[in-house]
Amino acid sequence: MSLDKATVAKIAHLARIKVPDEELESLAGELSQILTFVEQLNEVDTKDVPPMTSVAAQKLRRRKDEVTDGGYAAQVLSNGPETAEGFFVVPKVVE
Amino acid sequence: MTALTQLTMAEALDGLAKKEFTAVELTEAHVRAVEAVRPFNIFITETPDAALSMAKASDERRAKGEAGPMDGLPIAVKDLFCTKGVATTAGSRILDGFTPEYESTVTSQLWRDGAVMLGKVNLDEFAMGSATITAHQGETVSPWSPGAPGAWERKIVAGGSSGGSAAVIAARAALGATGTDTGGSIRQPAGYTGTVGIKPTYGRCSRWGIVAYASSLDQAGPMTRTVEDAAIMLRSMCGFDPKDSTSVDMAVPDFRAALTGDIRGLRVGIPKEYRAEGLSAEIAALWDQGIAWLKEAGAEPVEISLPHTKYALAAYYIIAPAEASSNLARYDGVRYGLRVEGGNLKEMYENTRGAGFGKEVQRRILIGTYVLSAGYYDAYYNKARQVRTRIKQDFDEAFKSCDVILTPTAPSTPFAIGEKMDDPVQMYLIDVFTVPVNLAGLPAMSVPAGLGADGLPLGLQLIGRPFDEETLLRVGHVVEKAANFTATPPFMG
Repeated sequence: MSLDKATVAKIAHLARIKVPDEELESLAGELSQILTFVEQLNEVDTKDVPPMTSVAAQKLRRRKDEVTDGGYAAQVLSNGPETAEGFFVVPKVVE
Repeated sequence: MTALTQLTMAEALDGLAKKEFTAVELTEAHVRAVEAVRPFNIFITETPDAALSMAKASDERRAKGEAGPMDGLPIAVKDLFCTKGVATTAGSRILDGFTPEYESTVTSQLWRDGAVMLGKVNLDEFAMGSATITAHQGETVSPWSPGAPGAWERKIVAGGSSGGSAAVIAARAALGATGTDTGGSIRQPAGYTGTVGIKPTYGRCSRWGIVAYASSLDQAGPMTRTVEDAAIMLRSMCGFDPKDSTSVDMAVPDFRAALTGDIRGLRVGIPKEYRAEGLSAEIAALWDQGIAWLKEAGAEPVEISLPHTKYALAAYYIIAPAEASSNLARYDGVRYGLRVEGGNLKEMYENTRGAGFGKEVQRRILIGTYVLSAGYYDAYYNKARQVRTRIKQDFDEAFKSCDVILTPTAPSTPFAIGEKMDDPVQMYLIDVFTVPVNLAGLPAMSVPAGLGADGLPLGLQLIGRPFDEETLLRVGHVVEKAANFTATPPFMG
């Protein structure tokens, strides 16, 4: 599998990572190497094999639907790069 | 008296109980050792003041007869565990300035049991790597590197991603350290530094408060200088935690009691597929030696087959990046860490993540994004999860004819910083013997077994049945005794 520059640019956009144009070429090469490496999985017969969803032999636990935590907005916000009046501040998203 | 930093945890507990020294004295000796090993770049954050006040509190508890199972033991914490009030970086610029308001479950249990925190140690960025060379804070140099600190003849890697944890113990600057293991990140650095490391069964240790890499594979574990110490520390780290949905509600045994030395009649599986190409002659010989040691102790080696071994890495390099791409979506410049402004919200995200993540982390997020994207999900991600089922079935089948499995920890000896860095796939191959264990969720440990011709440590890996850490420790203890690994890093003279 070989990825071209345009595909890498598209993935980078989906992943919200800014990749400078001059790095797209070498990144395409590295990612293609990895994808070529993983293609050996096609040799494995997986007909009727269920995809693993959990390695532990247990079901997800259920709990009562009740509030057990919270009430400390100041602590939640304490690491925010920009906050105001109990909220995180982000650039304007509505035109 | 032996220098306090040379003691094992078991010896230190004994000395504290007999009042031969205090927790403050033990901690002061380690704080000085932490300063002395600065050239190796092991610590991201040193916390000497916290250490001394914790040690003082420990002495007070002991005086009142309330000492816990790890009371007064100075340890280091991989900088992937959130520690309340102490910066937690995951080795990444994107967590610049992040100081958690909460404590991870595993570290809180260690403090509950009396351990003393010396500081936070280096790792590969977000635990993605096998050498501890990708952190924003720089690379860690193995204490085993030949030459004087700072003027090494060859800078050797400490392994990774828990390389700081491995290095700090090997350098005698902590009695133990926490690690995490997603594809070998405890066992491989333990093997590379002549230390002991355990990756417990998936679900044994809570993942709550640990910066996530690949949640279905991540597991915390202890790193120490002896198997007995690993048993002591493991007991404090394990336990059910309702805050982690995959934590298993099971009693935690007294692991130390498992070290009986008696392995007579135990069947030790030797997987034939691990003799594959890439295994150095030296390591093959060490493996044979390990088999001979266990045979002498009364165990019975049996050949087993793990036919899908060769596909484990490929499955891992789909599953782990897929989970990482999802887990690392949270670093967006809004709630914590770095923010790099942009013209609008989308640009701010892209600028922040472009500047905040290092190259290897970006590569893995991009691969993960690709394999999960529309049209490729079945071909890559589902296929990998089917192969993962196969790998688990291999182990289930093998454990019908054996009780524990013995393999080398890594296929080659530790390499120098700068080697194996051009081709990401080459670096991935180092984890060929450790990755299958994470995919199958099994417990495994690395025990120091000898030195290679280059004077660098080599480890043997033991793999156990789910939740059978006790057999693992019992056999590891026998290997440890037979190997009698007493070598110390060259800088210690």
